[in-house]
This record gives sequence, C-alpha cells and structure tokens, in this order.
Amino acid sequence: MDYRTPLARAKGLGSAKSGTGHWWLQRITAVALIPLSFWLLKFLGLSLTAPYQQSVDWLASPLNSACIAAWTLAAFYHAALGLQVVIEDYVAAEGPKIISIWAANLAFLFLAIAALLAVFRIVSIG
Amino acid sequence: MAEFTLPKNSVLIEGLTFKAPAGATNIRRFEVYRWDPESGENPRIDAFELDMDNCGPMVLDAILKIKNEIDSSLTFRRSCREGVCGSCAMNINGRNSLACTKAIDSYAGTIKIYPLPHMQVVKDLVPDMTHFYAQYASIKPWIATQTPAPADSERLQSKEDREKLDGLYDCVLCACCSTSCPSYWWNSERYLGPAVLLQAYRWLVDSRDESTGERLDELEDPFKLYRCHTIMNCTDTCPKGLNPAKAIAETKKMLVQRKLG
Repeated sequence: MDYRTPLARAKGLGSAKSGTGHWWLQRITAVALIPLSFWLLKFLGLSLTAPYQQSVDWLASPLNSACIAAWTLAAFYHAALGLQVVIEDYVAAEGPKIISIWAANLAFLFLAIAALLAVFRIVSIG
Repeated sequence: MAEFTLPKNSVLIEGLTFKAPAGATNIRRFEVYRWDPESGENPRIDAFELDMDNCGPMVLDAILKIKNEIDSSLTFRRSCREGVCGSCAMNINGRNSLACTKAIDSYAGTIKIYPLPHMQVVKDLVPDMTHFYAQYASIKPWIATQTPAPADSERLQSKEDREKLDGLYDCVLCACCSTSCPSYWWNSERYLGPAVLLQAYRWLVDSRDESTGERLDELEDPFKLYRCHTIMNCTDTCPKGLNPAKAIAETKKMLVQRKLG
C-alpha cells in the first residue's frame, strides 16, 4: 500500500534542472546535418562511380576532410542524443534504462572514434 | 516498459444489446464501454439502439437518455452541458472530446464511446483523475509575488499583457489533450502532460507573476517537460480549440533564451 499523498507522488524526486542542453544540441546537430548530408550524398555519388584514388584525393582536400569529420561527429552525436530519448520513453525500469543509455552512448562514441580514425587513415595514407 | 497490449483483466468482451423501441424509425447505435469494479468481470461493450426522434442532439444527450431510460447503472461525469466544466471528457469514435459539445450528427454510423485512454478506470466512463490533478497542483497554479499587492488597487496589467493569457486561461482541465498524448501514456508518472504544461505556461507569461525563474527551474527536467516530442495530438484533440503544443514550445524557447540569450 502506498500511503504517499497524490501530490508527493506527482512531485517525485523534483526537477533535474537539466534537459535544455540535451534538447538544444539535438536541434543544433539536426540543423547541421541538413547541409552536411547533402555534401555526403555528393561524396557517396563520387565514391560509387569514380576510381578509388580519385575519391581519396577528393576527400583529402581540407574542406572535404573537414566536412566528413563534421558529418561523422554531428551524425553520431545526434544519434546518441536521440536514442537516449527513445530509451527514456520506452524503458521504465531504472536499471535497464541506465544500462541501455550507457551502452548506447558508449557504442556511438566508439563508432565515432572508429569512423574518424578511418577517415584520418584514408586521407593521410591513401 | 511501455504497455502495448492490454492486461488480461482489461481485455474487452462482448456485452449486452438493447434494441430500439418498436416503431422507431430514426435509429442510431451507440457502443459504450462498461466496467464495474465490483463485478470482477472484464470490461464489456454494451450496444444501445436509440430512437433519435426522441433524443437531444448531442452525444451527452444520448448518454443521458441511456441512463434515464435504459440502464441507470451507466456511470459518467457531467455537469454544465455546454463545454465549460470539462467533466464529460471521453473518447468518442477514437477521439477525445467533450460529449456535450459534440453533435451526434457530426458522426456517421455507430458511435463508440470509451473512457479517456490510458487512465485507471473507476467505473464505466469515469477515469481516475487523482494524479492529473496532483500534477496540476505541483506547478503551483496561482500568482506568486514578492511585492505586496497595492493597498488601494488591483495588480494592474496592460491590455497587451492580458491578451497573452488568451488561449491559456480558457483551458477547462478536461484532460482530453494529456490522455491523447502517447508520451503521457508511457510516462505519466513523471511527464506533466500538455494540459498541465499549458497551465504552467499560463503563469510563466502572466505579467503580474514574479516567479518566472523558479517556475522554469521546476519545469526544466528531461521528464516533466522534455517528454514532449511535438506529436501534436494535444492540439489536434482539444475540444476548446486551444494549442497546448505551442505553449510547450514557448516554454522550451524561454529555457533556451535563459541559457543562451
């Protein structure tokens, strides 16, 4: 039997006094991904048709290197922020929720590092 | 976990059918959710065929006719019968609304009437609003000032500032919006829901209030506020034509402004 008053239940642990940063960064990365994804389509179009070396040379230019690094960071960060929201929505049990959020964040961090290293390797070694 | 299927004891079974009186020519069929906590049975759908030539024009009139003439055990809330009190909020043909402001003629065929979705049912069409009202109380829906009221006048407000409350003060707290929101279904323990957030915004923009910062502090929370994913069911369903989604978006803008502005 729960003898707490309805108001005590509604107030719960109170406000976390956070969440605005998370929400705002999700919007910023979403907006950044609009132009960056158009750039990515251009890159994919090239890499699917041009010879390997031509694609590498194109990617090795400072602007294109910066674009693919920016797309990688924005996309993986956006995905991590978004997946966290999805998990918070649908997983109610505290333990599985925290473990899933940790796992998702670490997986995206690992993938972002791997992707950036791959880009670095391609543009520096060829 | 979020619940996607009904628990065994909530699965609907077929109920009783009450035929229209002999000789009736203008018949409409109403299927109504029934559940009696004392029966120990699953909820059922009773069908009532009503003679529309002897019935008022609104859905609430049909429900009252059923209670008065066919089955007096049908349980529901109603009071003002003109969209001001918010008591008769229910799910009519899949959409939350006030039974008193919905004309029977605005629906085609059978009219299906259920209680507000994803709320504990007290009986028939009566949901348990305890937590909803407690959430409303938690946002302190009253003016909070440090400055004492003027000794010889009211707290004044310009016409422009008063207009900012239009579309906010009109909310009758019927809970149609909150109970149409999937985010509120999954996380109502912590998410305040569109109705309460609209009320919270009503005090955030009241020029006479002196606690905007404290109110924003209380709202800034991944669950209390940021479970809103702009699904817009709230605005779509509001029987008063209000826009809770906009109030929530404006609250989020205030928080960003406070952080970055």
